[in-house]
Amino acid sequence: MESFISLTSVAAPLPDVDINTDVIFPARFLLLLNRQGLSQHLFHERRKAAIPERFVLDRPPFEKAQILVAGRNFGCGSSREQAVWALADFGIRCVIAPSFGEIFFANCFRNGVLAVDLAEDPHRRVMSAASTEKPMTVDLESQAIRLPDGESVAFRVDPHRRRALLLGLDQIGSILADDIADIDEFERRHRASAPWLHLSPEKFSGVANAAKQGSHE
Amino acid sequence: MSELTLYDKIWSRHVVKNYDDGDDLLYIDRHIVHEVSSPQAFAGLIAEHRGVRRPHAHIAVADHAVPTRLRSAIASDSLAGRQISHLEANTQRFAIPYIPINDRRHGIVHVIGPETGFTLPGCTLACGDSHTCTHGAFGAIAFGIGSSECECIFATQTLRQRKQKRMRVNLMGRLAHQVTVKDVILALINQIGVSGGVGYAIEYAGSALADFSMEARMTLCNMSIEAGSRVGMIGPDHTTFAYLKGRQLAPDEAHWDAAVADWVALRTDGDAVFEREAELDVSILSPRVSWGTTPEENLPITATIPDPTNESDPARRERMRRSLDYMDLRPGTRLDSIPVNRVFIGSCTNSRIEDLRAAATVVAGRSIASNVTAIVVPGSASVRVEAEAEGLDRIFRAAGFEWRESGCSMCVAMNDDRLSPGERCASTSNRNFEGRQGQGGRTHLMSPAMAAAAAVAGHLTDVRAL
Repeated sequence: MESFISLTSVAAPLPDVDINTDVIFPARFLLLLNRQGLSQHLFHERRKAAIPERFVLDRPPFEKAQILVAGRNFGCGSSREQAVWALADFGIRCVIAPSFGEIFFANCFRNGVLAVDLAEDPHRRVMSAASTEKPMTVDLESQAIRLPDGESVAFRVDPHRRRALLLGLDQIGSILADDIADIDEFERRHRASAPWLHLSPEKFSGVANAAKQGSHE
Repeated sequence: MSELTLYDKIWSRHVVKNYDDGDDLLYIDRHIVHEVSSPQAFAGLIAEHRGVRRPHAHIAVADHAVPTRLRSAIASDSLAGRQISHLEANTQRFAIPYIPINDRRHGIVHVIGPETGFTLPGCTLACGDSHTCTHGAFGAIAFGIGSSECECIFATQTLRQRKQKRMRVNLMGRLAHQVTVKDVILALINQIGVSGGVGYAIEYAGSALADFSMEARMTLCNMSIEAGSRVGMIGPDHTTFAYLKGRQLAPDEAHWDAAVADWVALRTDGDAVFEREAELDVSILSPRVSWGTTPEENLPITATIPDPTNESDPARRERMRRSLDYMDLRPGTRLDSIPVNRVFIGSCTNSRIEDLRAAATVVAGRSIASNVTAIVVPGSASVRVEAEAEGLDRIFRAAGFEWRESGCSMCVAMNDDRLSPGERCASTSNRNFEGRQGQGGRTHLMSPAMAAAAAVAGHLTDVRAL
């Protein structure tokens, strides 16, 4: 995963509340199998509908924005990670909002995108600074946003997520490296206490692949 | 000893380890895989030369992109066809049990998990789909995840998670005639808002629940995510156990009694504390319909479209304006005067046998209005077979409905079933977002009985007065 330490960029203001992931990335483009190049479908309908005045991300200087300042409950709805992949592909590395859809929020941190939830009051200041079209700096090391007028707005990120972003850690790799003995031990205990949760190939009789040996072991 | 909730008990049983920052490594017993959120997860495994730790903890089925009219209509070189063949190839490669689209067990992930007995009380279950909260109806911790987390479960059977706060929703009283659990969940979302449940795992409780079938409980838990909660759950009881007994993947005879004894003990203790409580008297509810573009924007069918100028919160006022503009509706309009030209009965919210029975009861002996095209899409092949044995397909067809094969269909606009720009749909699905049922399409959410009534009347209407 790409690391995130500090970022200076103009910030695109998108004050609408409850922007869902269907709006961020419409479902018909979910048929694509890759995660690259998805920014062409980012906010597809909004961008088309906004002609001729143009959607915020198509308007200079925000077409180069790496920060998005959004309204509350941003990314609610569907779990589609394409919403984050499309934002990241566009160049957005940081989304700031008063609150987020929880699955979207988790997906951001899996893809090197910093999601910052701010209380309504500091959020308002960041939103109004964004509309000045001047760059601001989001610094994950010190957990502060430096606004164009020099004011600093503090934020907090969960320590593990912060560390993972700063170092660009791969979470699956970390678990496989550090926790496998614990998982093995847990599975032994768990199977003894709730044996019905362990599904054998025989239980799946008649279901495709159930009797196969995978390429896994 | 402190008193514990259902959520606390299941969570603590699945903690592999505690990290010092407050996260837990949570063991995931069950993972349901579909064609849309899995390709990139499988690609990640292959790129990193990783295997699937426990292939039989997963079950895979294609539901989002599948055609519901003619299965053979799927072209292997189409985008949808490629997505389905990708799932087939990936599950074969990693030996993950897979249900083909023509199998008698086929269906929507959130319908077949319970039907096969894959979903069980006391388990942790995840799926790359936000409506995974549906499975909480069985007393499981079930939640939606993104593709990266799907990949993590394939490789490790765990997820690093932070425990959520607990919220209890007490549902009191009995539902009036033609009022359903869909109206209950719409009323709750209207009451607490689309972000009202963010950060909380909801447990539904109260006297109303005892009357609710498993189908009704699934509808209730299904829409928890529309209130912002990834998790919605219900303590398992005799209704739960009776539903599960004898299902293919449920505990067999040798384990059944021990399993039931274990599940009974999972229920929330009498004095357990929730960080937040909400209450709803379900006996005073009427059938509801949505009028806007968030599930929160819904009202009783007897109401009129609200006026944004009466809304004090500026952000919400702006959202209302935008909703009314997209929906092409004006304040003061009676909801029961709004014409529709499409009707969709289906989706992981309302495509189970009881839903189809409720809709069929309304349409029996009637015909759909001449301005309406209407489809019924059973949630699974097994629901379809059961409905056909009861003659429901004949009732729907006689009234002018199309009777389809199982799939997500018009809930998600990723397959052939979708609205055209400007079309207006009475829908039993879960999301009325802009473009959700097709670019430029307009969605009104409601119960199966209300959608059936709208099909007959040609406009939104009060099923009680039909």
